Amino acid sequence: MSLDEFFVTGDPLILASQIAIGLTMIGLIALITYLKRWKWLWNEWFTTVDHKKIGIMYIISGVLMFFRGGVDGLLMKAQTSRPELEFLDAQHYDEIFTTHGVIMILFMAMPLLIGLMNVVIPLQIGARDVAFPKLNALSFWLFFAGAMLFNVSFVIGGSPDAGWTSYFPLAGKEFTPGVGNNYYAIALQIAGIGTLATGINFVVTIIKMRAPGMTWMRLPIFVWSTFITSIIIVAAFPIFTVALAYMTLDRLFGTHFFTVANGGDPMLWLNLFWLWGHPEVYIVVLPAFGMFSEVIATFARKNLYGYKSMVYAVAGIAFLSMLVWVHHFYTMGNSAAVNSIFSLTTMMIAIPTGVKIFNWLFTLRKGRIEFSTAMLWSLAFIPCFTIGGVTGVMLAMAAADYQYHNTMFLVAHFHYVLIPGVVFAVFAGLYYWWPKMFGFKLNEKIGKWHFWLFVIGFNMTFMPMFFVGLDGMSRRMYTYSASTGWAGWLGFSAIGSIILAAGFAALCYNIYWSFRYASRDVGNDPWNGRTLEWATASPAPHYNFAKVPEVDRLDAYWYMKKEGNTGLKKSDLKPVHMPSNSWTPIFLAVVFGVVGFFLVFEWFTLAILASIGIVVGLVANSFDYDDGYHISVEELADEEREWRGDLQ
Amino acid sequence: MSTKTNHFPWNHLIGFVLSIALTLLAVFVAFNTDFSKTVIVWVIGILAIFQALIQLFMFMHVTEGKEGMINVVNMVYSIFLALVIVFGSIWVLTSGHAAMH
Repeated sequence: MSLDEFFVTGDPLILASQIAIGLTMIGLIALITYLKRWKWLWNEWFTTVDHKKIGIMYIISGVLMFFRGGVDGLLMKAQTSRPELEFLDAQHYDEIFTTHGVIMILFMAMPLLIGLMNVVIPLQIGARDVAFPKLNALSFWLFFAGAMLFNVSFVIGGSPDAGWTSYFPLAGKEFTPGVGNNYYAIALQIAGIGTLATGINFVVTIIKMRAPGMTWMRLPIFVWSTFITSIIIVAAFPIFTVALAYMTLDRLFGTHFFTVANGGDPMLWLNLFWLWGHPEVYIVVLPAFGMFSEVIATFARKNLYGYKSMVYAVAGIAFLSMLVWVHHFYTMGNSAAVNSIFSLTTMMIAIPTGVKIFNWLFTLRKGRIEFSTAMLWSLAFIPCFTIGGVTGVMLAMAAADYQYHNTMFLVAHFHYVLIPGVVFAVFAGLYYWWPKMFGFKLNEKIGKWHFWLFVIGFNMTFMPMFFVGLDGMSRRMYTYSASTGWAGWLGFSAIGSIILAAGFAALCYNIYWSFRYASRDVGNDPWNGRTLEWATASPAPHYNFAKVPEVDRLDAYWYMKKEGNTGLKKSDLKPVHMPSNSWTPIFLAVVFGVVGFFLVFEWFTLAILASIGIVVGLVANSFDYDDGYHISVEELADEEREWRGDLQ
Repeated sequence: MSTKTNHFPWNHLIGFVLSIALTLLAVFVAFNTDFSKTVIVWVIGILAIFQALIQLFMFMHVTEGKEGMINVVNMVYSIFLALVIVFGSIWVLTSGHAAMH
């Protein structure tokens, strides 16, 4: 392979990105060296097993990937803003909508949610960490290796270009012979191992590590939604693992699982993809529902209306999530029986979802609502998401779907589900839990700019897509003629996307401003919260709780405050056992990344040689006899005095 | 945990007897009947499932202890998912126009 095949060449946009990436990396390395921060980075972050730091790294990666996926989105909007534009060619457009989809779902939504889960869940259940802290670090680093491998594709070798769904036969070697779709198969496989491990970790954490007295019906609702999400992860991700493995075999070793010739069946890929893909939608949206519930209850100053029905609704959605996958391909030409059954199961999902919507509304009813930024996101979520939900029921009807299938109507629908459902939730969660992570609030005034720009921009961008979709515009069209009459809608939509981007910029500015200027004096409980994470200092100390709290009802911390029961006696303190840092997770992830890169280019000898590193990492990990360390009572007391004043 | 009781272990005895009976029945069906091969395989398969259930309940006590409920739900849900994935896929991919390729 010659060098100009290795690097993507011939496009000024990409050349500029290559130079920008090169300069940024040199700049970062120089800056860290100049500030003498390498050792600090290694000890405090790269080798950490602390769930809060891992969560923060997930969130940082998620925000970076949001930027990357957002730029992809803006480029698409620019290209379709006027008819017959030649800003991007068809190939480039294909690559961009593919990476936009993959990055936004798997490398933006997932890490932002898993990041918040990591930070919040152990604190909410009164635990000192997750069940398997080192595995948690491995999860993060594998996700990160997968994300980086996927991102490098657009400057080295070429991006995947068969859509985020990578349908066969297009995604097969026959029709896309380059390395682009190899990146898809292998990068997602590596990131997927990390996600699966996260799912297992949280299932065990929530079953085994709850504070004394925290029975199932006393779990905060975000813990419930995370628990059920983790179960769906464990149930659904192995299907994707298998599908990607078949795809890899097809593309790298010439097997015929999904090919048209030699007995393969491309529809088998669709079937497996959506058996994972539909539950994946609930994997991202259920934790988000949990976050909204926490935020709404806190800022309405009421306990969550219908807690039990909320739990059953989440469980019901999870159960149905595995029974609806065919609604993504009604048009494959199934029998009427298949399409009818899957129409029914799909529409049934509207029932538990409706229960949740009404629960939120009744929680708000007669509440003393405080319009904080976190609450604004939650309030805007309800109507926006309902539009997404109702258009979803329209799409659920198999006969009608023959009209909407793969049009911009569908694209508008899932953006109306995923942006209010996931992105608004992540924003609400970030504003809400930011003080618990960093010890200061994000600025509320800039937050409101962020909110209004983003919500207005979002509706301007995606509402017109419903109409062009009903007017016959299919998705993934890179250009159109003026005679279609879509130019007005799409131009409006493009302007909306600029406002949307301005909203994101306001968030970035808010983070910068708050880091520099926000008051560090927020106390442990800035929002008058209800759950245990607010019972400890902000930012949460590395041991989480000096004394593990005891729980006797729902909203435990709320009642502890009411009964004046939040103090700490020094005599209650015992030494705390903590896990030590470990270098194996990041080492393994780097090796996985390198092996993955060689596999993408089908350099098998190198891949085999590099995978020796995986064995080395695993063996080194098995012989790691480090049992952690203890924090003495004196150290605990000193740290607690810093924010509590004197102990009792 | 102290679970010492003076009761006769009826559960174990019944489980033991049933296990032996089911095994002998399988042997009998395989060697002493004139059923076709398919039928024999099905019968043995069904007997094996009963055998597994007896093991789980009589000897491994899945329903007991703090995690009993969780174990049962977990197993039932896994079996359900496996059935949905396998038979659902077969049904979807072999019905209607999809079958004609």
